[in-house]
Amino acid sequence: MTSIKVELKQHQAEKLREVCRSFGNQEGELINVLHKAQGIFGYLPAEVQEMVAEELNVPVARVYGVVTFYSFFSMIPKGRNPISICTGTACYVRGAEKVLDEFRKQLSIGIGETTPDGKFSINCLRCVGACGLAPVVMIGEKTYGRVAPDEVKAILKEYEND
Amino acid sequence: MLNEETVIRNRAEGGKTSATQLRIALRNCGVIDPEDIEDAIGQGAYAALAKVLADGDPEGTIRTIMDSGLRGRGGGGFPTGLKWQLSARPQADQKYVVCNADEGDPGAFMDRSILEGDPHTVLEAMAICGYCIGATKGLIYIRAEYPLAIERLHIAIRQARDYGFLGEDLFGSGFAFDIEMRYGAGAFVCGEETALIHSMEGLRGEPTLKPPFPSESGYLGKPTNVNNVETFASVPPIILKGAAWFASIGTEKSKGTKVFALAGKINKVGLIEVPMGTTLREVIYEIGGGLQHGKAFKAVQTGGPSGGCLTTAHLDTPIDYDNLIAAGSMMGSGGMIVMDEDDCMVSVAKFFLDFTVEESCGKCTPCRIGNKRLYELLEKITRGQGTREDLDHLYNLSLVIKDTSLCGLGQSSPNPVLSTLHNFRDEYLAHVDEHKCPAGVCRELIRYEIVPENCVGCTACARNCPVNAISGERKQIHFIDQAICIKCGACLEKCKFDAVIIN
Repeated sequence: MTSIKVELKQHQAEKLREVCRSFGNQEGELINVLHKAQGIFGYLPAEVQEMVAEELNVPVARVYGVVTFYSFFSMIPKGRNPISICTGTACYVRGAEKVLDEFRKQLSIGIGETTPDGKFSINCLRCVGACGLAPVVMIGEKTYGRVAPDEVKAILKEYEND
Repeated sequence: MLNEETVIRNRAEGGKTSATQLRIALRNCGVIDPEDIEDAIGQGAYAALAKVLADGDPEGTIRTIMDSGLRGRGGGGFPTGLKWQLSARPQADQKYVVCNADEGDPGAFMDRSILEGDPHTVLEAMAICGYCIGATKGLIYIRAEYPLAIERLHIAIRQARDYGFLGEDLFGSGFAFDIEMRYGAGAFVCGEETALIHSMEGLRGEPTLKPPFPSESGYLGKPTNVNNVETFASVPPIILKGAAWFASIGTEKSKGTKVFALAGKINKVGLIEVPMGTTLREVIYEIGGGLQHGKAFKAVQTGGPSGGCLTTAHLDTPIDYDNLIAAGSMMGSGGMIVMDEDDCMVSVAKFFLDFTVEESCGKCTPCRIGNKRLYELLEKITRGQGTREDLDHLYNLSLVIKDTSLCGLGQSSPNPVLSTLHNFRDEYLAHVDEHKCPAGVCRELIRYEIVPENCVGCTACARNCPVNAISGERKQIHFIDQAICIKCGACLEKCKFDAVIIN
């Protein structure tokens, strides 16, 4: 699985069990449970998957299979300011790739990676449905539209004191 | 309600009336407050449901939908009435109505806009469908990437329950219907109905062979009717205004209107809804206001990763399901991306294959491995290492993948390759024979050069070059060292004198 080992704290484990219970510990609710779990932990480390498997009474392999199938689920913690670059067709045509390259260059990390200080992570999104604003970049909940590569530095600067 | 005001006329320059938009699916978007059910009721929401329940004739309602000629708006174009009829047929203790809101096509946002702008129309149509096929449960499968649409659906469902439009004994008819939400988790293949059903069951979203069709054995093995958001949004107006009215709009085999997400290098981006049979030229030049920066039109991509690129030769083709397929593309869910002279069609094909390779669920070999090989061939060509033989390989492999893949994703994934090969063969040949990229996109095949006659020696390019590949004194002609240049294009963007060119 993953090399990142975490120990679930007592209250975290209890919270996770509560999520499973709220869905009646039904195996058919696996995806809903994982959505909630990722909402709590920010990502889905092996320990969380193991606990979900136990609670829903399904093999861990089944949980892992679902987690790795869907791009929305992540097994690596995201940065405090997760950068999502839309690489849908409209954004691609309007130069998303150059914007992505600039973020990678500025932060010296690749797609799906997190900076060593945990401040930023870069991910690609398929389409946020804001094609009128292409190319679109989201940092956390904030959306930046019509981003040009030379604006990247200034955008990152907004998060300087974080 | 539909009336003359909702028919939006776009006036072309010169004041003459030109291409007309007609809002059926989008009729209430931007008109009502989507979080206020009273507003929706004021515009006629749930009147169609009341009528259907008062008529008490599910078969008659299905016939109305069949007669209207409504076809699935999610891409396939299957007749909606027929689907309902097939789902109504089996006897079962439980049936399901599913709304497919897993809008995964990059560059498409029709469904999101309907759900955010007019969620009640979808709930109403699902209840109508439930009544017709004998289902009491509805499920909306929606992308987790659409938080606002999810929130508004939750509000709408709550309000509809409060008003007695969902729940037990709707309108005193004894018919019960309620709706729950299910969330996608980012898998394009889940737009395929069998994959979607597996995903709702908490499994990996892998498609299964049909038959059995979901209308016989779907969610939890029960008969299930899956329709797209836009399809549902077209249902209430058909009930209220009649099948003949809907069938009077559009072309012979494609009735009604279609919503398109117009995007790319066009002046006016956004959602449009036009009668079937409107031409691409009307959409792009009259409604969309033509191309940005006065550039030349090159291609329009319809149908997302399953569709193809159409050219100037297709501009006057009336848009409908069958014409688009005949032209080598497809309607798809309605993404419409306009491209100009600066777009390399080989790279565009590669972009879509990159998408398919990532989104292939891996269950069947032609899709999992075949698309990867297609991608590698395209990459070879964009690096200038392709041969004419590779073009033949591309073509043949594409046909094999289309013929042998299990689900719609694989069966349509080579379309971007086939359509560009067919419509832009010259461009492929330029890459292969001359090792040139005419649009100046493929990095390995281009050189940035400075035209001495235009260079005034302002140093803007040299100052912005990230690798210091440009030399030259102030007010002297500059020079790009090709050995150092990384072809980022910064110099071209900064030069105000058109002195930097792509060769």
